[in-house]
Amino acid sequence: MVTKLIILLVIVLGVIAAAQLMRVHELSSKLGEQKEHEISNRDNRWNASMMLVFMIVLFGGFIWLMLTYGWVGRGEAASVHGHELDWLLNLNFVIIIAVFFLTNFLLFWFAYKYVKKPGVPAFYYPHNNKLEMVWTVIPAVVLAVIIIFGLKSWNSVTSESGKEAVNIEVFGYQFAWQARYAGADNQLGKFDYKLTQDEKNPLAVMTGESIQLAIDSMEMGLGGIAWLEDKLNDRDIMLTPDERAAYDKDLNAKEKLIRLLYQMRQSHDAKLDKYAADDFFADTLVLCVDQEYEFSFRSKDVIHSAYFPHFRSQMNVVPGMTTRLKFTPDKTTVEMRKSRGVDDFEYVLLCNKICGGSHYKMKMMVKVLEKTEYDVWFKSKSEGVLSAGATMKDPAWDIEPATFDYKFHKTAAEPVEAVEGEELDGDEELVEGQEQEEADPTDGNEQAEGHDAPAV
Amino acid sequence: MAAVAIDGHGHDDHGHHEESFVSKYIFSQDHKMIGKQFLMTAVFMGVVAMILSILFRVQLAWPGESSDFLSFFLGEQWAPGGVLSEDMYLGLVTIHGTIMVFFLLTGGLSGTFSNLLIPLQVGARDMASGFLNMLSYWFFFISAMIMFGSLFVETGPAMAGWTIYPPLSALPQAISGSGLGMTLWLFSMAIFIASSLLGSLNYIVTILNLRTSGMSMTRLPLTIWAFFITAILGVLSFPVLLSAALLLLMDRMAGTSFFLSDIIIQGEMLTNHGGSPLLYQHLFWFLGHPEVYIVLLPALGLSSEIISTNSRKPIFGYRAMIGSMLAIGFLSFIVWAHHMFVTGMNPFLGSVFVFTTLLIAIPSAVKAFNYITTLWKGSIVFAPAMLFAIGLVSTFITGGVTGIILADAALDITTHDTYFVVAHFHVVMGLSAVFGMYAGVYHWFPKMFGKVMNSKLGYAHFWITIVGAYGVFFPMHFVGLAGAPRRYYDYSVYSEFDKESLAMQMDLNVIITVFAIMAALGQFIFLFNFFYSIFRGPKAPQNPWKSNTLEWTTPVEHVHGNWPGELPTVHRWPYDYSKPGAEEDFIPQNVPLVEGEEEH
Repeated sequence: MVTKLIILLVIVLGVIAAAQLMRVHELSSKLGEQKEHEISNRDNRWNASMMLVFMIVLFGGFIWLMLTYGWVGRGEAASVHGHELDWLLNLNFVIIIAVFFLTNFLLFWFAYKYVKKPGVPAFYYPHNNKLEMVWTVIPAVVLAVIIIFGLKSWNSVTSESGKEAVNIEVFGYQFAWQARYAGADNQLGKFDYKLTQDEKNPLAVMTGESIQLAIDSMEMGLGGIAWLEDKLNDRDIMLTPDERAAYDKDLNAKEKLIRLLYQMRQSHDAKLDKYAADDFFADTLVLCVDQEYEFSFRSKDVIHSAYFPHFRSQMNVVPGMTTRLKFTPDKTTVEMRKSRGVDDFEYVLLCNKICGGSHYKMKMMVKVLEKTEYDVWFKSKSEGVLSAGATMKDPAWDIEPATFDYKFHKTAAEPVEAVEGEELDGDEELVEGQEQEEADPTDGNEQAEGHDAPAV
Repeated sequence: MAAVAIDGHGHDDHGHHEESFVSKYIFSQDHKMIGKQFLMTAVFMGVVAMILSILFRVQLAWPGESSDFLSFFLGEQWAPGGVLSEDMYLGLVTIHGTIMVFFLLTGGLSGTFSNLLIPLQVGARDMASGFLNMLSYWFFFISAMIMFGSLFVETGPAMAGWTIYPPLSALPQAISGSGLGMTLWLFSMAIFIASSLLGSLNYIVTILNLRTSGMSMTRLPLTIWAFFITAILGVLSFPVLLSAALLLLMDRMAGTSFFLSDIIIQGEMLTNHGGSPLLYQHLFWFLGHPEVYIVLLPALGLSSEIISTNSRKPIFGYRAMIGSMLAIGFLSFIVWAHHMFVTGMNPFLGSVFVFTTLLIAIPSAVKAFNYITTLWKGSIVFAPAMLFAIGLVSTFITGGVTGIILADAALDITTHDTYFVVAHFHVVMGLSAVFGMYAGVYHWFPKMFGKVMNSKLGYAHFWITIVGAYGVFFPMHFVGLAGAPRRYYDYSVYSEFDKESLAMQMDLNVIITVFAIMAALGQFIFLFNFFYSIFRGPKAPQNPWKSNTLEWTTPVEHVHGNWPGELPTVHRWPYDYSKPGAEEDFIPQNVPLVEGEEEH
């Protein structure tokens, strides 16, 4: 506190001293002829030269920054559309840098050149329609070019993904990401936020079993309806009014939610459970090079943004709605490390929408693998899920075993045998083939249709 | 309503009675005093916002290092051990943005100069309704104090960014600032909007109805055109923000679900269903984008006047300048969703907004080239105001061109919410508007206080400011191009995947912060000059800059009703500088045309 006072005192004294100096300066300049509001020729010339000096510094600084930092950090794109976007960005940069230099040059040059010279009047020049036409039409034409190229790229980047695209769901919450792979059938199971169970179903995947689990825990679990009613009705416990209000509020909410869960149980179609059955989870996003991916995004709490700087992709992750994007990685992590000359480079998924105090830490590592490596990883992950809750530790990729441990995989038998040895372009058939094998013979018909049916 | 106000407000009976201190300086209904009140409040809020920005810039340049500077301002609660807390970092960013956009550059800029100049330049005795004008200021003052006060509440100020997107801003569980701090933010904003609406309605009515004889719309100075269009934008867009703020308040307090759906926050499962966070964003940006021009147009209007006066030349393309401002004003209403390309909005909608957004570049280009042509073959006098006006044109161009990249949805995918955006809008909107405001203060200081500011200190202020400003925001573009997200407390996360990029960012962040500190210190030269000149500055003559507009025909000492005798009659446009055949290089608007003289 004392230091703060001393600092304030020093500032006040400094200001007073400066004011006194000003006073002295002004009294002495009053002896001269110059009036304060009239700008002397000397001042005019000095500022005019400064305009020129500043322009040189500005341009020099810009060029230095461009050469030193222009493309460091951004690096080359690692996705198919990323190259197109970088080309477009460069095109735009060429245009805007040209405009920047031209107009700033004219501005500062005129400011320097046409400084007031005694005896030289200004040129009365109120308008010139032709000139104004020129600088309306030229920007319009240039912008038309920019718009056409821009929209072309935008449409192709945001268009629907191809049939071979692999579905992955990315789930964001304060302050981490989880990936859910669609598994061998490439169909993600349904979800509903009301099914969320911290330990057993963190991503709220919907199956008959998970609905029942949610109902049970809401009815009977710790903090569930029965528990709350006990608390509120127990005459041996003294609740403060605040606690009572909080419990009441909680109970109201849960009673509302449980009715919705009952409805969900009633209308649930058990045939859809199989899509969820082979879904598996990962803390690291593992992708296969040259494979198109269709990502869907879901948020548990607030808005996040899934930002893949190296793949030139971004989409907000919004609670209450599903968003999507697609891209095709075209460089493996290993290739990118080589091309950058950095051994420990990694791809990453960052959060790019303010989401709370630890926003800046919210990320998920991304690995892009060769097809053969990827298949091995994918198979082991699928098997990990399919062998009834067995945990699978994959030390090579530091991937934690999925915490999802429902035991509804009893019928699944030999699903992913076919993966190895297939050609790349055989992927689509492969997926369908797998499904056929995996299918329980009794509901084979649904299985065949199911592939094209929307997941939700 | 407006007509009643005019009829009921006989001006002549005002000059006679003695005014008490309270009615003269506090609850004044005189537009000149209200303008000064806006300016003083804005200066205070501006200093606060500047200090906040230096606090978080220190953290960005030297993350995690203990700093006495931080603990001096933030104390143990928000800077334990001299290290800024994560939450407060976001609080500082949020309040800095809010103050700069709303309190300095909307209330401060528009409030000060619209109030001061509209009656003086159109030749009116006062605003259409002096009482509403007074209310407008006091609402502004109250909202400013609430916003300032929110910095001191226990759980911290609002922390969801100045755009306060729900659900983060709606749920107190999500971040500590979304408690009382956010409630205060919303109340402050609601009052601010009321202030803005009262002011804007007054400006529109005054400009339309109280022009003196001969002052046709095509003889209005460009400043007035800018204030006029700004006021229309404000009247049409601010109510939408008010509705967004009220709906958000209801989501927070009344359990509604306008913006909330399917949320589990801190383990609590909410029952809200069916709301859409995107709805809020649409409402917010429906104001938010016109807001950019609410900030920018007055600055462009002021600089038009200043550049013309100090080049001793008519502004080039007067009608094109009006036309481009009208075009910008109109287009600003149909571009809002370019802030939302990657929010999950339908991509087709995105392409429509790409088109409309890039169209804005055309009138903007016209304005920039017209300014430059005004300088051409001029006889430029480098008053401090002129320096800032030239600085404005430079930043308007430099910041404008990067907008072309951000408007392109495909390119926005990788630059959205990175420092590239931060650099872009700070240059084009922040710097341009701040430069315009400084230019206005230096130029109209004689009109406000009857004194002249020291020009030498003005030069020092300008050169330090522009070097500092470019030094801050040029490198920031490169931080953004490298992909650095904004609103990150630090970039330590980069050490896990790209050390090269991290090293570059740290270099640039230090450069940026050093320039920011330099520029901030430079502003104290202005503050000193400003307050010193109010009390001790040399007395101003009636028309110090040899300007044509009507405000310079009023006496230096303020009189109630502006002109002691008859209102002046206008005979010409305001830009007859260096007109061939005239004796002086300026002809004020109230000088009749000589025989055979063409208007322009």
